[in-house]
Amino acid sequence: MLMVTEQKPLAEVSQLIDKCHKVYLIGCGTCATTLHTGGKSEVIEMKRQLEDAAKEITGWMVIPTTCDTLTREALAENTAAIEAADCILVMSCALGVQMVARFSDKPVYPALNTLFLGMEGNPGFLNEACIQCGECVIGQYAAICPVTTCAKGLLTGACGGARGGKCEQQPEHDCAWILIYERLKKLGMLDKLKEAASPKDYSKMKRPRQLELTPL
Amino acid sequence: MSLQSSLESGKFVITAEVAPLKGTDTTEIIEVAELLQGRITAANVTDQQSSVMRLGSLVVSYLLKEKGLEPVFQMTCRDRNRIALQSDLLSASVLGIKNVLALTGDVASLGDHPQAKPVFDLDSVLLLQVIRRLNEGYDMAGNELKGKPSFFPGAVVNPGADTEAALELQIIKMEKKVAAGARFIQTQAIYDADSFAKFMKRVEGFKVPVLAGVIPLKSAGMARFMNKNVAGILVPEHLIKKMNEAENKTETGIQIAADLMKELKDICQGIHIMAIGWEKKVPQILDAAGL
Repeated sequence: MLMVTEQKPLAEVSQLIDKCHKVYLIGCGTCATTLHTGGKSEVIEMKRQLEDAAKEITGWMVIPTTCDTLTREALAENTAAIEAADCILVMSCALGVQMVARFSDKPVYPALNTLFLGMEGNPGFLNEACIQCGECVIGQYAAICPVTTCAKGLLTGACGGARGGKCEQQPEHDCAWILIYERLKKLGMLDKLKEAASPKDYSKMKRPRQLELTPL
Repeated sequence: MSLQSSLESGKFVITAEVAPLKGTDTTEIIEVAELLQGRITAANVTDQQSSVMRLGSLVVSYLLKEKGLEPVFQMTCRDRNRIALQSDLLSASVLGIKNVLALTGDVASLGDHPQAKPVFDLDSVLLLQVIRRLNEGYDMAGNELKGKPSFFPGAVVNPGADTEAALELQIIKMEKKVAAGARFIQTQAIYDADSFAKFMKRVEGFKVPVLAGVIPLKSAGMARFMNKNVAGILVPEHLIKKMNEAENKTETGIQIAADLMKELKDICQGIHIMAIGWEKKVPQILDAAGL
């Protein structure tokens, strides 16, 4: 599982930090490193590009997992360089950006767009497999999630828009319902397709969501 | 005779599609309504067809009704959540609209406002269940209605699915739609009566009237475009050739549609003409088909 990110265009980043002359850079050693959006080499490249744009980089680091609360310690160890900066530019997913902001009084800006929670499918492809709807239904659908992988999130069956097994609306994607059909057929469970589906309970997705942990 | 009475008494029925335009000018819709009145049993009013923002299907359905042409109010789940869908259904009932065609709808990203947030709170099958519930006097949450509608709900099917899985999925879904209360079915455009006859054999057990979709061809290019881009549409090569060689493309297009309708007439209980800009030619097509 990876939090999938992409780099924002440099022009957008420059506009975000327009008022800041001195910048502290933070990368992430987990997903953003794997995806080459915010690992060590990307942070160094960003440093070079910002310096070319006449910014001063007061320092940089790659925190092992920026979304972890240990980020507080990483920030504390680098207080001097961070204090010298006008802002912090974070090259991690939005979770990491928010974790940094929680432990710093400096303005914090994202250098990446957070796209989706991804799973490696075919080699070289990351696919969104779950939108965290809060009431997992994949037991009905051969462990393939139509809420996430059907362009319309259909629960009751295919829309009729598949062409050659691909989604009419997004031809780069397989039709989720054909995948469900083929897998159920292989499992000898095609009868599942005839079962009625209930309307989704979107109150389970009421934002913001929070879970209070109970001590063990 | 109403669409419901016609279908329930086993009559052969013609419906045609009317697409609201972008803007407030309803002149053309009124002209089309006047032309089609008496020639067809009911007119489907599309709901932001192809996700392109236009005048709404509810208001145009009402305008047709006022002009004496019975509407089929098409309703998609793309732009409204369950609250808005139910409310618009109640509004439709108050405006005297009986027929509702329940559709899921295309995704917003294909239309002219691709940045729009797609809703899809419900889908076609779930919407049919909601319509049935409203007819029974209750909303989706189980609250009792003060005054209930009496809708005649319909649904669609795409018989031209191109793989075994896609076709089986369509048939399973059609069965679900009928179980959820669909009382008539309109199909995607058919160009091959023989394969449609095979499809009809598969679904005859569902005991629901089926209206075969017909899209008149305007050119060979249009046929090729649909073959390439529209799921479930397959215009056979001989028809494309015929259109290509035709001196008068309009006449040939009308004749092909009419010939097709003559063949389809014996296979199902009606024809649904989707003229796509040729609404005013529908009477000519019907004349040519002897309908």
